[in-house]
Amino acid sequence: MITSHMYKMAFLSEGIALNANPGQFVHIKVPGDNSLLLRRPISIYDVHPQTGMVEIVYQVVGKGTRILSGMNAGQVIDVLGPLGKGFTISREIKSAFVVGGGCGIAPLKLLMRRLKEMGVVVTALLGFRSREAVYGLEEFEMLSDRVLVTTDDGSLGRKGLVTQVLEEELQQLLPDIMFACGPTPMLKVVQRLAKEYSVPCQMSLEERMGCGIGGCLVCSCAVRTPDGGFEYKRVCKDGPVFWSQEVMLDEATIGC
Amino acid sequence: MKPRLDVEICGVSFKNPVIAASGTFGFGREYAEYVDLNMLGGIAVKGLTLLPKKGNPPPRIAETPSGILNSVGLQNPGIDYFIEHELPELLKYDTRIIVNINGNTIDEYCRMAEKLRDVPVHFLELNISCPNVKQGGVAFGTHPDVVYDITRSVKAHAKQPVLVKLTPNVTDIKEIAIAVEKAGGDGISLINTVLGMAIDAKKRRPVLANIVGGLSGPAIKPIALRMVWEVAQVVSIPIIGIGGITTGEDVVEFLLAGATAVGVGTANLISPTACIDIVNQLEEYMVQNGIGDVNELIGGLRV
Ligand SMILES: Cc1cc2nc3c(=O)[nH]c(=O)nc-3n(C[C@H](O)[C@H](O)[C@H](O)COP(=O)(O)OP(=O)(O)OC[C@H]3O[C@@H](n4cnc5c(N)ncnc54)[C@H](O)[C@@H]3O)c2cc1C
Ligand SMILES: Cc1cc2nc3c(=O)[nH]c(=O)nc-3n(C[C@H](O)[C@H](O)[C@H](O)COP(=O)(O)O)c2cc1C
Ligand code: FES
Repeated sequence: MITSHMYKMAFLSEGIALNANPGQFVHIKVPGDNSLLLRRPISIYDVHPQTGMVEIVYQVVGKGTRILSGMNAGQVIDVLGPLGKGFTISREIKSAFVVGGGCGIAPLKLLMRRLKEMGVVVTALLGFRSREAVYGLEEFEMLSDRVLVTTDDGSLGRKGLVTQVLEEELQQLLPDIMFACGPTPMLKVVQRLAKEYSVPCQMSLEERMGCGIGGCLVCSCAVRTPDGGFEYKRVCKDGPVFWSQEVMLDEATIGC
Repeated sequence: MKPRLDVEICGVSFKNPVIAASGTFGFGREYAEYVDLNMLGGIAVKGLTLLPKKGNPPPRIAETPSGILNSVGLQNPGIDYFIEHELPELLKYDTRIIVNINGNTIDEYCRMAEKLRDVPVHFLELNISCPNVKQGGVAFGTHPDVVYDITRSVKAHAKQPVLVKLTPNVTDIKEIAIAVEKAGGDGISLINTVLGMAIDAKKRRPVLANIVGGLSGPAIKPIALRMVWEVAQVVSIPIIGIGGITTGEDVVEFLLAGATAVGVGTANLISPTACIDIVNQLEEYMVQNGIGDVNELIGGLRV
């Protein structure tokens, strides 16, 4: 347990530890209750290729995550992964803003580790509900050049929304790229700011999933097409990371 | 000795009775990374329509006790794209290909059957049971007269044998099955999903954007078994039993009820190797129980 609602779990999987890219996820079978059919998608928080150790951080929201949080060391867990298309980091990038909210910051740790390895100057902007909900701060501080924390109640860092601080920072200096992960209302603002300030931005999305490998088409998100329309892409396979200008977070998308 | 697992449907032989059910296995490509598709009895591809179809808005899936609800709404790239881009990939594998087709009108089903005439697939599967589309779909599958008309019309255009996939959302499945047989249908797949709904009590909202969806998985297995059993009593064309199969023993149950082969759907969403695991478990069951030929099980229920 790392906060009152968040848990960290580590498991051994050489395949995942060696092959994971930031932004990818694992698909976990909840052990012990066969009536919970579906796997749970959880981002890869960190990997240790030398030991084969994989870390995830998750919030207890329902039955599945509750059962996971009650697991003991030494138990075996059925995990598929690494899955999905993670963040794309091109060699040209010199500076980046990494924006996260709440439990949505999970995929950003491995991302920041990779950015640091590539010598990118990283500013992390992290928003939490309150001081109690904050986790991993020291690690984030080690992996970035600057960490700006906001809390809704002002109990740590600035009081307010992470997107307010993001806008102030964008007024000061434009990074080569932004990476974002968090609740949809936050992503909507980040998407708008990315457009207003013309900064390319990648964002990681969440949707309810079935197979997790692209076969069942249940995890759709609306993505703009060149003809002005949209199509549904698979969050599990074409994402979970998308370019912010292509995803439609607002528009009412109706099937036809 | 290795037991015999092969079965025959309309003169087409299947290596084993396990077929990946439509909509849960894409066009096979994603699963090829996890399993050898050559090991499957057959693959029923994602439901196709004449023109590409966007599908329903998300969320499209909800978990219910031992089941799932889906409301994909037949998202697919259209039959022409399938024939040109997806099928060539699939044809590299030695397995039986079943093309699941869906129309808004009888004419659309017929036009798709025409397009598939000179294409090397093994079966057409008329989906007259999709609960997730506004026109056609399940509406075709609930009236014996309409089922008769559509089966007869498509048969007149199709070159391959025609399976008709039935919906369980009817009062009497037997009269629907009889209509298929009378109209010249070559086989029956059943069941498609059971219409259902999930509600988020906290938000006071339906979980699915489409409000209602199709229930599948172990929760519907007893319904599927009952329907296979009932239909096997009244028709002599082969039956592909579908609904909640997750183990080799489930397959045995469906064969005993009268199915010649089975479709595995939701299990593929839980594990990409599900179909192959099930084939292996079926073989194990046969060895353990001294059954030399899987055909011995078909219709072997003792009542
Ligand atoms: C790509 C991806 C990465 C994720 N990474 C993390 C992470 O690192 N940490 C974390 O805490 N959470 C993460 N989530 C959310 C996590 O998947 C859900 O919180 C979890 O599935 C809830 O399961 P449950 O059984 O506890 O909840 P229940 O509400 O009982 O679950 C019921 C069903 O809904 C699904 N579901 C519920 N909420 C979500 C959601 N937000 N997204 C997708 N499916 C959901 C469940 O998987 C399950 O099938 C991620 C989601 C996605 C899609
Ligand atoms: C996500 C999903 C998509 C489906 N799409 C189709 C489809 O396109 N055409 C069709 O005939 N059946 C479709 N089905 C129904 C399945 O093929 C099968 O008949 C049903 O799910 C019952 O089997 P199961 O319990 O093994 O899943 C779909 C089912 C699911 C879960
Ligand atoms: S979860 Fe099956 S396609 Fe994404």
